[in-house]
Amino acid sequence: MPKRKDIKRILVIGSGPIVIGQACEFDYSGSQACKALREEGFIVILINSNPATIMTDPEFSDRTYIEPLRADVIAKIIEDERPDALLPTLGGQTSLNLAVELAESGILEEYGVELIGAKLETIHLAENRNLFRDAMGEIGLKVPAGGCVSSLEAAEALRDEIGFPLIIRPSFTLGGIGGSVVYNREEFNRAVQWGLSASPVTEILIEASVLGWKEYELEVMRDAADNFVVVCSIENFDPMGIHTGDSITVAPAQTLTDVEFQAMRDAAKKIVAKVGVETGGANIQFALNPENGEMVVIEMNPRVSRSSALASKATGFPIAKIAAKLAAGYFLHEIPNDITRKTPACFEPAIDYVVVKIPRWDFEKFPGNDVRLSSQMKSVGEAMGIGRTFKEALNKTLRSLENGWSGFHADGHDSVSRMSAEVLLDDLRWGTPDRILKIWQALTIGISPEEISKITRIDIWFLKNLQQLVAFETHIAEEFKQRRTLTPETLGTAKRLGFSDKHIALLTGKLENEIRSLRKENGILPSFKIVDTCAAEFESFTTYFYSTYDPENESIPSNRKKVIILGGGPNRIGQGIEFDYCCVHGILALKNLGIEAIMINCNPETVSTDYDVADKLYFEPLTYEDVLNVIELEKPDGVIIQFGGQTPLKLAIDLEQAGVPIWGTSPDSIDLAEDRDRFGVLLDSLDIPHPQYGTATSIADAIEIGQRIGFPLMVRPSYVLGGRAMEIVYDLKSLEHYMQVAVTASEEHPVLLDRFLEDAFEFDVDAISDGGRTEICGVMQHIEEAGVHSGDSMAVLPPFLLSRDQYEDIKEYTRLLAEALHVQGLINIQFAIMYDTLNVIEVNPRASRTVPFVSKASGIPIAKIAAEVMSGKRLDQIGYTFKDRLPYVAVKESVFPFDRFEKADIYLRPEMRSTGEVMGIATTFGEAVFKAFQATGIAIPTSGTIFVSVNDNDKARMFPIAESLNKLGYKLVATRGTADYIAGRGIPVETVLKVSEGRPNVVDYIKNHTIDLIIKTPLGQRSRKDESPIGWTAIKYRVPFITTLSAAEAIVRGLKAQSKKSFEYQCLQEYYKTH
Amino acid sequence: MKASLILSDGALYEGLSLGAEGTTTGEVVFNTAMTGYQEILTDPSYHFQLIAMTCPQIGNYGVNRNDFESKGIYAAGFIIREYSPVVSHWQADQSLDAYLKHYGIVGISDIDTRALTRHLRDHGAQMGMITTTNEPLDTLLARLRTGEKLVGRDIVKEVTTDRYYDWPLSGENDGTGKGSFRVAVYDYGVKFSILRTLHDYGCQLRVFPGHAPPEAVLEWNPDGIVLSNGPGDPEPVEYAVKSVRHLLGKKPIFGICLGHQILGLALGGRTTKLKFGHHGANHPVTHRLTGAVEITSQNHGFIIDIDSLAKSEVEITHINLNDGTLEGMRHQPLRAFSVQYHPEASPGPHDSRYLFAQFIEDMKQFHA
Repeated sequence: MPKRKDIKRILVIGSGPIVIGQACEFDYSGSQACKALREEGFIVILINSNPATIMTDPEFSDRTYIEPLRADVIAKIIEDERPDALLPTLGGQTSLNLAVELAESGILEEYGVELIGAKLETIHLAENRNLFRDAMGEIGLKVPAGGCVSSLEAAEALRDEIGFPLIIRPSFTLGGIGGSVVYNREEFNRAVQWGLSASPVTEILIEASVLGWKEYELEVMRDAADNFVVVCSIENFDPMGIHTGDSITVAPAQTLTDVEFQAMRDAAKKIVAKVGVETGGANIQFALNPENGEMVVIEMNPRVSRSSALASKATGFPIAKIAAKLAAGYFLHEIPNDITRKTPACFEPAIDYVVVKIPRWDFEKFPGNDVRLSSQMKSVGEAMGIGRTFKEALNKTLRSLENGWSGFHADGHDSVSRMSAEVLLDDLRWGTPDRILKIWQALTIGISPEEISKITRIDIWFLKNLQQLVAFETHIAEEFKQRRTLTPETLGTAKRLGFSDKHIALLTGKLENEIRSLRKENGILPSFKIVDTCAAEFESFTTYFYSTYDPENESIPSNRKKVIILGGGPNRIGQGIEFDYCCVHGILALKNLGIEAIMINCNPETVSTDYDVADKLYFEPLTYEDVLNVIELEKPDGVIIQFGGQTPLKLAIDLEQAGVPIWGTSPDSIDLAEDRDRFGVLLDSLDIPHPQYGTATSIADAIEIGQRIGFPLMVRPSYVLGGRAMEIVYDLKSLEHYMQVAVTASEEHPVLLDRFLEDAFEFDVDAISDGGRTEICGVMQHIEEAGVHSGDSMAVLPPFLLSRDQYEDIKEYTRLLAEALHVQGLINIQFAIMYDTLNVIEVNPRASRTVPFVSKASGIPIAKIAAEVMSGKRLDQIGYTFKDRLPYVAVKESVFPFDRFEKADIYLRPEMRSTGEVMGIATTFGEAVFKAFQATGIAIPTSGTIFVSVNDNDKARMFPIAESLNKLGYKLVATRGTADYIAGRGIPVETVLKVSEGRPNVVDYIKNHTIDLIIKTPLGQRSRKDESPIGWTAIKYRVPFITTLSAAEAIVRGLKAQSKKSFEYQCLQEYYKTH
Repeated sequence: MKASLILSDGALYEGLSLGAEGTTTGEVVFNTAMTGYQEILTDPSYHFQLIAMTCPQIGNYGVNRNDFESKGIYAAGFIIREYSPVVSHWQADQSLDAYLKHYGIVGISDIDTRALTRHLRDHGAQMGMITTTNEPLDTLLARLRTGEKLVGRDIVKEVTTDRYYDWPLSGENDGTGKGSFRVAVYDYGVKFSILRTLHDYGCQLRVFPGHAPPEAVLEWNPDGIVLSNGPGDPEPVEYAVKSVRHLLGKKPIFGICLGHQILGLALGGRTTKLKFGHHGANHPVTHRLTGAVEITSQNHGFIIDIDSLAKSEVEITHINLNDGTLEGMRHQPLRAFSVQYHPEASPGPHDSRYLFAQFIEDMKQFHA
């Protein structure tokens, strides 16, 4: 069937902020889908609260709403926009859940909006675990024993019937949140309660565990004519029991016979037909008993997913794009395969390489939590590697993770090598972020793959491949010992196994560059092969490459003017989608200038690794070796390092020394800004105020500096991402403690100490310079006071506490700094105003995390302009008008993963811990801030009970908040001190006991749902014991928790705005036009 | 041990020996299936061919007792990127290497199979040689170039059964086929999966040699006749074409792969050779009548020229979506139909199983 003519306007719902389990893969899918739908002439109306996405760029849809993803908001937008159809399958679980809500509330029917892609019944059948289990039974497929329950009693009955261990999974949640594997009654009760509270429909699935079974996924597509294809099979290295998002996965499946694979394919075909995926993609998980091949169905998602993004990158088959076209009426065979151009999309990709994905975790940011992996996803990002064999791909992926590993090797950090065999074996039992390292260690000390397999249930095929790598390490080391060099044979074999030069260097005690030279002398050079969906059966027109050491090279460099952009690598806290956004804009701008844009990145979730975006894509690790290999082949006119965050910056100086032409601000300027001492000298020479600072290479140093400049101090290791290990210390004792416990200071890794400007107001400034003219793109005011990492802080643009003079000062300092640092491109500066003095806190002469927010808020694509500037254009030639003030307000709020960690400290700190961001945009601050809060998913109650508890210092500032809340009709509850203060000033308040004061206390109130919002500032170290359970309980019971008075004040302004009038929702295109 | 792969156009690939040592020649073809190397090796249609697998990791799940398509290995040689000495599968009872050695099959690993595939794609399938000997390249190449070719030669006679046999092989019929249709299968190199599938559909099976006279087949009084798959060039297999011509209209006929080509020749069509053939498990085929798409398992170097049937009563039922070649046809008055691909799959998707049901239906109607 060709394109549907009865539909003209299509509403697409995005997935909102980046959270664990729902990351930028949905930007990749969503932007692909929007592009595909617009190509077909549809009018696309997009709603997504996440400003850091490419899909919310105004040119990706016709009507772009950056608004909270809530049914009531969408209903209003539907009323205004009157779409003909709603496509809910591209925005993850968020979008699917909203579609259900909108359908069930009758809104869709009322406005005649058709659900396309997945019907309501389909979503129900796939998402409701009982219905799904029944449906599987009807088509003769097995599922693990179990069932769905909505109460503890029912759960207990089921538990007694099935027996331990059990898997508990809540219905309708994301990334396995609230899920657990339980082995005893105590764990069971806890898990059931948690699961029930995590599920939006208070329902959990209890299933017999198939722990240790082999886990597989199929990514499939189906059209309205029942045509069905398997795009990709994925085999999990980690067996059942670890969430697939937390598992190392391999594509295609490696240990299935054709009989088994086809049985799985047959099952998948029946499942999508039964569940009714009429148009689009689905992901189906299976477990296979390794003893006898018995297969059970675990679950299916009737939508594009994290795995489908991975499958698209792994095969070159653009699932989301095709899914969108299917939803618009096409059949699979009517859509051409972009890569071959001649063949249709109705086929199953043939893969002639192996793909490995490894997750990346950030447990260090959440100390005190169990690092064991389970059925609840905890990773924040992932890297993918492509090689001709599993071993090569694994090595490439491991060095893509930027964990400091150069491959399947511990890199001399020997964090696990001190473990005894016994401890190691015991530890291997549990999936942990470093289990792969422990396997290396175990194999190195001679523990057999069989034994490791027995403990881990990891397939022996994988483990013996790993053993081959360990054996070859020994071979390299021994040959080097005997010959003091390596034979070309050994070197060649090592490269074919995926060993990095650095890894070989480590084994031989040589330098990486020495190995590189030796390798090149022997003519051992990588080749680049095409990802073409068809194993070379047809000619390919797509330029998507990976490196390997097979002889034939397929990447033929052009003679065009060309630039390589280095991407940001795997997402982690502090480095996420924002940098990918910048890279993609860089690509688009360069292409527009007629320059060939070449992308290197290894993050499969991103838009930048869509083969359709850059002129050429190299899916490669972002290491010196791999990047230089591409550069040596392509010989680009320039390499852009300022868009990809820390990842490319770390390579900048080495690349420059290797003679690589770096475009934009020089690596030396970037280094100058990072180097506290050099930077301090510069600031002084420009007469720009800044906090006093020092650089310590030892504990004694630090103490001397502390005594010299005084406390409080902001302390952190140099060159860190997202404020890793950044803390505020208030006295010598805590400074000493920090230096001893938190960091290891050395000449190479100094610790930075800055005088902390307590209670200062912070401002984030993004600016652009062409070397001559410097323009401010946006000044954002942090809502929280100094001390909260800028990536975690709420920010508002334009600022509301900045005098004209101060603004002029900011402009002047920015200009001075941009000139002094010879900035060509972007520069980000953090200012703090304390006692009316404007201080410069930090300068980053590169793209910052706030670039997409500023671009979205202002409507000026600053990353694109930066790329043009780097190409040599002057700002005058580019011709954008940079406005000093905006006639509307945009608020950025951060989103935190605290609900993933049982024991998270929810108070904001100098160390960044947010995973994503949302934007609220409106004509007043109150509205914008309210929208931003709503967009984070926090259900700010518009009536009900608010719990308030603040320390003595905060009481006076808290009172007006309490007063306003009272006026707005809220009931107030407070602990004794706070309650006395409020009541003493005539505001009615109920007193509740602290945890230490007996029961029923505030925790009981939270559990009983008698509190709807918590405003509680930290009381200091001593009362942490009392505070922690409140935070943890609030997270479990999903009660919004405000931890700073500034945020509380902002909320009050939002509530006031909300009480006055109903909000208006406007798309960006209107904001940019009318304002 | 080192091994080399030499193509008749002079291309040389060096790798490591896999399976037996020695020298083997055959037509080099690439197969893009990602699973099922055991089925592929034992498929008699690969007789006289050296198979290059585009899937780079081979041997992972070893070799088991069930997934055979014949009693031995028919492929003349095996070409892969990486051999897995590690066998991981609950059904496996030996490694691929041991299995190849047992049957004396010469193979080669550590070849840039993608480069080879691109070469074959651009320059066409051609004769090749895998060798572990150290003879000079010129000598080997000369021998290769003057040696036997695939085209114009009947190689069906080298793979067909000497005498008829009944299926299942276990000797006695297990009874499940009783009371249903008797199906005669012409063995041009039949895959066991065709027999297994027909048996699953309740057919009683007798497998006849490819050269069996049609009278002998009719004497058994079958309800229908299946023309099996098989290796090589269909045109020289004249006796088969003649037999089928004789049988047309007398019984419902179902042709698969080479059987399809022989049916086509019997119906007056012509066959031609493809540049590098279709060998894999992901070929989309559309059913002309319904528009439905099947993902099919394919293995053929020859096709029926679609134009050669233009004037006949033959109806084109299936078309390959990738290159528009003829994939299926039906002669309604004569109750004969056939497909170029493999509805029995093995390896490959099961999308086309319905064709067996269609054959059963033909037999039913023919009776009625």
